[in-house]
Amino acid sequence: MHAFTYHRPTSVADAVAKRSADADASYLAGGMTLIPTLKQRLAQPTQVFDLAGLADLKGIVVTDGAVTIGAMACHADVALSADVRRVIPALSDLAGTIGDPQVRNRGTIGGSLANSDPSADYPAAVLGLGATIHTNTRQISGDDFFKGLFETALKPGELIVKVSFPIPKRAAYMKFPNPASRYAVVGVMVAETAQGVRVAVIGAGACAFRLSAMETALSKSFSVAAIKDIAIPADDLNNDMHATAEYRAHLVGVMARRAVAAIA
Amino acid sequence: MTKISLTVNGTARSGDVEPRTLLVEFLRNHLGLTGTHVGCDTSQCGACTIHLNGKPVKSCTILAVQADGQQLTTIEGVAPTAQQGGDALHPMQAAFKECHGLQCGFCTPGMVMSALGIVERHKNDQLTEAIVRHELEGNLCRCTGYQGIVNAVLMGAKNMGVRVA
Repeated sequence: MHAFTYHRPTSVADAVAKRSADADASYLAGGMTLIPTLKQRLAQPTQVFDLAGLADLKGIVVTDGAVTIGAMACHADVALSADVRRVIPALSDLAGTIGDPQVRNRGTIGGSLANSDPSADYPAAVLGLGATIHTNTRQISGDDFFKGLFETALKPGELIVKVSFPIPKRAAYMKFPNPASRYAVVGVMVAETAQGVRVAVIGAGACAFRLSAMETALSKSFSVAAIKDIAIPADDLNNDMHATAEYRAHLVGVMARRAVAAIA
Repeated sequence: MTKISLTVNGTARSGDVEPRTLLVEFLRNHLGLTGTHVGCDTSQCGACTIHLNGKPVKSCTILAVQADGQQLTTIEGVAPTAQQGGDALHPMQAAFKECHGLQCGFCTPGMVMSALGIVERHKNDQLTEAIVRHELEGNLCRCTGYQGIVNAVLMGAKNMGVRVA
C-alpha cells in the first residue's frame, strides 16, 4: 500500500469541503473495495477521509411509501432489518447475497453505489425499484445515476447521503453468483411499481441497465410466458474469464424468468 | 504515525501506526496477538476474522486507524477466563476439539470467530446445518474439513443454549 494520511471528518460539510479541496483524496466508507484496491496499489490517494463517524449517513427509516437507507448503512443492517423485510423483502434478499457475513458487516450501500462495479448488486435495486440517490447537494434519479464502467453521475467530491427506495407492489431479485467471490455474474431485479414494471440487470454490461423489451411484455402480462421468447443480444455484454458475453445473455433471461416466477 | 487507542479483549491498548497499517498487522505485530491469522490477505478466506464491536469482520481488510476507539475481540479473548490467564476453553472452542473441527488448524481461529457470529445472529431462533453451511461462506478451510467444522458449530451453539434442529 502506498502511504496516505487518514482523517475523520466531523460532519458531511467538513468531509465534502476537505475532499473537494484535494483531487487526489478519497472517501472511505466500508472499505471492502477501497482497501483491496489500495493493497494492490491500483489507487494512490493522498488523503483518506473516513466517513464512519458521520451520524447523518446512518440509519434506516421506513415510511408509508418508501424505505430510506443512510449511505453508511452496512449490508447486514439492510439484510437483517425486520422493517425492510416487511415492506421490500427483495431488497433484504439482495443485501443478504452480497459477499459473506464478514463483508456484509463492513460494506455499505453508499460505497457500493458510488463505486458502480458492474458486478455489484445494489445498482440492480436502485434501477429496478426506481430509487432516488440523495447527495450533499441534490437528488439524482436512479435512472440517471449509472453512467458506465465504475462511472456515475457523482461529481468530484460529491457525497451520497442516503438512498430512498419507493415501496413496490411486488419485486424479486435473482442472482447467479461467482462461486468464489459472490459477485454477480448476472443479477436481475424485477419489480412492479406504481410507475409500471421495471427490469434491471447487473453483471452483464458496463453498468446496471434496464430491459425495456421485458418491461413492456410484463406490463401486458406479468408471467414467465410473456418473456420466455425475448432474446437478449450479447453484442455489448461483458466477456471475461468468468463468463462469455453469450453465456451472460443467456443468464439474463434465466434470472429474469426466475424473478418473475417468484412473484407472479 | 498516528496514535490509536482501542479495547482488545477487555484491555485498553494503544500504539503508533502508519495509516496504511492493516488491523491484522497491528494485532499480530504490535500487540503480539498471533492467534488471528493471515491466510489470503484478499478478504476471501476469513482466517483473520475478529469481532469489531461484537460483529465478525475481516481484519486484513480494515485499517488499524479505523479501529481507533472501538471494541475488539480476538480468538485469544473468547474463553471465559482467558483474560485472567486461565486455560479453560470457550464452549465453541471445546466443540471444535470434540468434533475434530480442525485438521491443520490454520483456519480455526477465524472459523470460531465466525461461528460465534452465527450463534449471536440466531440465538433467538433455530439453527440448522443448512444455515451454518451458508453462513460459513466467508471462511475457507484448505484441508476441506468442513464436515467436522459444521458439526462443531452445531454442537458449540447447542452448548451455548441455542436451539439446534
